[in-house]
Amino acid sequence: MATYSTNQFKGGLKLMLDGEPYSIVENEFVKPGKGQAFNRVKLRNLKTGKVLDRTFKSGESVEAADVLETELQYLYSDGEFWYFMDMETFDQIAANKAAMGDADKWLKEQDICNVTLWNGEPLQVDAPAFVELKVTETDPGLRGDTSSGGSKPATVETGAVVRVPLFIEEGEVLRIDTRTAEYVSRVKE
Amino acid sequence: MTDEAWRPAASLETLYARSRLLDAVRGFFRERGVLEVETPMLSAAAATDPNLEPLVTCYDGPGAPPDGRMYLHTSPEFPMKRLLAAGSGAIWQMTRVFRGGERGVRHNPEFTMLEWYRPGWDHWALMDEVAALVHHVAGPQPVRFHTYAELFAPLGIDAHGDDTARLEAAADRLVVAPPQGLDREALLDLILSHCIAPNLGRGALDFVHDFPVAQAALARIRPVDPPVAERFECYLQGMEIANGFHELSDAGEQRRRFAADQDKRRDRGQSVLPMDENLLAALQAGLPDCAGVALGLDRLFMVALGAAHIDEVLAFPLERA
Repeated sequence: MATYSTNQFKGGLKLMLDGEPYSIVENEFVKPGKGQAFNRVKLRNLKTGKVLDRTFKSGESVEAADVLETELQYLYSDGEFWYFMDMETFDQIAANKAAMGDADKWLKEQDICNVTLWNGEPLQVDAPAFVELKVTETDPGLRGDTSSGGSKPATVETGAVVRVPLFIEEGEVLRIDTRTAEYVSRVKE
Repeated sequence: MTDEAWRPAASLETLYARSRLLDAVRGFFRERGVLEVETPMLSAAAATDPNLEPLVTCYDGPGAPPDGRMYLHTSPEFPMKRLLAAGSGAIWQMTRVFRGGERGVRHNPEFTMLEWYRPGWDHWALMDEVAALVHHVAGPQPVRFHTYAELFAPLGIDAHGDDTARLEAAADRLVVAPPQGLDREALLDLILSHCIAPNLGRGALDFVHDFPVAQAALARIRPVDPPVAERFECYLQGMEIANGFHELSDAGEQRRRFAADQDKRRDRGQSVLPMDENLLAALQAGLPDCAGVALGLDRLFMVALGAAHIDEVLAFPLERA
């Protein structure tokens, strides 16, 4: 079992606490002049995202979390799980809804995703920062209608809805920033 | 580390200011007629305090100790006391000291210590002089005095009387997710460093005195009820900047405390360090009644220059050294 001493603590280090994986957000070394030294640490739970404080006696060792970030190819979903493939080993890995977060609304088959694995299980799936998706449904644009700020909703092939300019028509392919869920541009076929 | 790591961490402007502050410290002691001394950084003996970890090095040239192991000093206290025993009178020095495992916003394992001794003075007179030095270097501010017990009382803690179980309960109540299995002294350290110290030295220079006897270190003990150690600490802006003692001069008692430190180090699985027989011999020969203090100059400079991180006042902190 790999462990880290408090002397190795720094932002981003992944630890196991009470059986859960955490990432160090902040680490402060505290020592009274002639007394016991402590590390006061803020940690983020990698499964729930919750942040907690904990104080360690300096010199203590803590179990390392076996966390790995890797790129996996999205295959398909059966509604309960989302299946990904390791492109080197062809191993299939299933992510649940909690790990998917918002990523599922942007994913098309064969997209490459950044996946955080803990003991081989997906903790978090990040959609590619930009995706290109076809518009499946939108109202015909009424040119000159600026009452809605010059934009209208459009549904894309994955089911997600984004605000798009009025001139966008069904069948067009859009470039979308998944981090902000915003339209970026049209993609010429 | 960036590709700019060759550059100093402190700005050149800060380094100029630091140089002026070093001059101010020298001027303070020159004016008071205190003798500046220099003592070895390298010794075959070490401070035995279980909460200090000296850096070890080796010397195998002529005159080497049998195992070649030598220690970088954690403070110049022992040789300075030998000078006092030899009749030096009041002495001061400014020197780099070294402490293993200490790195953070207020810690660099190599830092500048200002240490001085006043024969014939007690810790009360010395606290006044520490305040005068701080005023001289970092500007005037009000001065307050608290006993160690007075700081804990508002938290419902009897610092001298509460047993480990009561202190554990207090730590669970006051500190979020405290470490488990701490001994009595570590629990007091935890509560002091997390709940009390951050509020000290705000708008004033705060002195804490009359420490529990278990934290006497090298201070003499005053046999009142409960007995207290004639030790003090000085806080500025939530930081401990100085630690002083009405110095223990009893060689037998000093040897017993060193031996107790050794036992504690052994119990904790730390290396057992050679105690300084030269210091013990000097105490045996007679240390004049005196008070002494060690002050972390980098931290005082942080306050004087408005720095939030020790690296802002150091040319080359650890990672750039």
